[in-house]
Amino acid sequence: MDFASFLQQLGQQLINGISLGSIYALIALGYTMIYGIIRLINFAHGDIYMLGAYFGYFATAILKMSFIPSLIIAMVLAAITGMVIERAAYRPLRSAPRIAVLITAIGVSLFLEYGSMLLVTPQPRTFPAVFPAEIYNVGGLVLNSQQIVILAVSLILMLVLNYVVHYTKSGKAMRAVSYDTDAAKLMGIDVDKVISFTFAVGSALAAAAGVLVGIYYNSIDPLMGIMPGLKAFVAAVLGGIGIIPGAMLGGVLMGVIEALVSGFFSSTFRDAAAFGILILILLFRPSGLLGKNVREKV
Amino acid sequence: MARKMRIFTWCVLLLMIAGIMLAGCGNKQAANVIKIGANQEMTGNNATFGQSATNGAKLAIKEANAKGGVIGKQLTLIVADNKSEPAEAANAMQKLITQDKVVAVIAPIASSNVIAAAAVNQSNKVLAISPTASNPKVTVDPDTKKVREYLFRAAFIDPFQGSVMANFAGKSLKAKTAAIYIDNTSDYAKGLGQYFKETFIKNGGQIIAEEAYLQKDTDFKATITKIMAKKPDVLFVPGYYQEVGMIVKQARELGLAIPILGGDGWDSAKLPEIAGGKALNNTFFSNHYSPDDQSAAVKAFVTNYKKEYNQNPDAFAALAYDATMMVIESIKRANSADPVKIRDELEKTKNYSAVSGKITLNSTHDAVKSAVIIEMKDGKQTFKEKVNP
Repeated sequence: MDFASFLQQLGQQLINGISLGSIYALIALGYTMIYGIIRLINFAHGDIYMLGAYFGYFATAILKMSFIPSLIIAMVLAAITGMVIERAAYRPLRSAPRIAVLITAIGVSLFLEYGSMLLVTPQPRTFPAVFPAEIYNVGGLVLNSQQIVILAVSLILMLVLNYVVHYTKSGKAMRAVSYDTDAAKLMGIDVDKVISFTFAVGSALAAAAGVLVGIYYNSIDPLMGIMPGLKAFVAAVLGGIGIIPGAMLGGVLMGVIEALVSGFFSSTFRDAAAFGILILILLFRPSGLLGKNVREKV
Repeated sequence: MARKMRIFTWCVLLLMIAGIMLAGCGNKQAANVIKIGANQEMTGNNATFGQSATNGAKLAIKEANAKGGVIGKQLTLIVADNKSEPAEAANAMQKLITQDKVVAVIAPIASSNVIAAAAVNQSNKVLAISPTASNPKVTVDPDTKKVREYLFRAAFIDPFQGSVMANFAGKSLKAKTAAIYIDNTSDYAKGLGQYFKETFIKNGGQIIAEEAYLQKDTDFKATITKIMAKKPDVLFVPGYYQEVGMIVKQARELGLAIPILGGDGWDSAKLPEIAGGKALNNTFFSNHYSPDDQSAAVKAFVTNYKKEYNQNPDAFAALAYDATMMVIESIKRANSADPVKIRDELEKTKNYSAVSGKITLNSTHDAVKSAVIIEMKDGKQTFKEKVNP
């Protein structure tokens, strides 16, 4: 392999990786926000992503909506679902040991997977093409319009999230609850409301990822959330769980690493690499790439 | 509290035992009905295969019943869903044989599922015939190298299918180099890949890339980019339509314009839905039959099938129809509904005129017959050529 073709391949793999990675990033954001606020790994998060894809599917295929309205509908419906799940499954366990909540999260995940299998059948569905995939060839690198849309939508959503967290009142409340729940409560912040809001935002982001994936890969099924959910979880840990920019960085990194591993080594090692990263990061930098080493308060 | 719990547990246990006993009494074979089972992929990743096959089998049974049934009895088909998963295929086989007491089973479509269920029907001495499972291991146990007595197929095997495609690539498409991209979770795809490779190299060609993916993968762009960099003349993807559709779509998006080849796992109406008709231009796959074939048997079958289901029968429907007809024929010859006698007669099938050609079962229970090559044109299957064994 000569150097020019190597460079071209590398460039192409980076494009492939970043578009896949921005999907992981969107899902990882939800993981990290929820962890940041109630110290819970919400294993049902990958399934919210699946539900989002189905909401988007019904909006485009049955209600014949165009891309933006169906994206918004999917996000709103997923936000409501996220809030309902939090209210029904996690709030009653607010003072229970953390392991109980974690197990509940796994239960919710299985419930969503097999419940939707019952409702929509395990049959994979073909997502309608809401906009044509135009192909651009830039200096030997191939880029299509869907990849650009994925990137643009994820970037916009991340900027909006950043604005919400840092410059609005509810964002300030979120940060306060995440920093110290009891003190926030004493300051008159309605903690339950803030947690509910966090679930809504995280679920909406996952739903956006679901719709984007549906359009990009053109096929959705009730178990589609398991693998991306796990990988996004690794991405969140990689960036430093609980840290919002960390989730974005971790997601994009995961996508790029996967593309490079299948591009330059072997495609069968791809998943092994993803989970190998989790082990390495837990061994050598448990607080993640952007995390500070904080001692647990006693 | 503890005592209450204990009483409760005992009650549950008693109920369960009662339930099992009741279930055991419920299924008495009605005297004038012969039951045939269908252990099929009704849902999951290969769902269109199993649904077509079940339609084909139902049509065969309906036609036989219209002619007065066999040996004075009517036939019924009992369908069990294996969800396109090996473990479920074994469960479905167990249910059909022990609960429904079927005399023969139309086995799953996918080789992995048939192999997983094989031990069940072998030990119960009930024959299973797969319409299309084409991996050699289906009828020959790879550990003992012995033919599985109760397993049959109405299809040709992968060595034949793989070599048909390798010859087609080398001779008709004049390809010198090929890349192979297989589904690593499927015995069928691995077998096809291996035989394609052997024949292609024997013909003087070169395999320059061998890559693999897993069932349910969705992103293939990284691997396709890698394959593209090696510039092969053809790409062979012997997987199933769900992933193949995405592979063809993503390959064309990345600008890979070479012919893409595959096997009978491509035969689904979902394929053009997933990949898009334009992306599928310049793709070819081997199959058991083509509805465009002009022979009288095919024409009659296509007309009857269309009348019943209002759609074109794919190869799975045709082969399941053939498999069911072969079983019915064997019951007739055996003049008995005894599963062992039916098996003995089925083994003797020779020159049976089926929809998918003249079928003779050889010593390893494989059908010896011709293959067709299908070319996709704007999302439509067109008959390209017929290859005799």
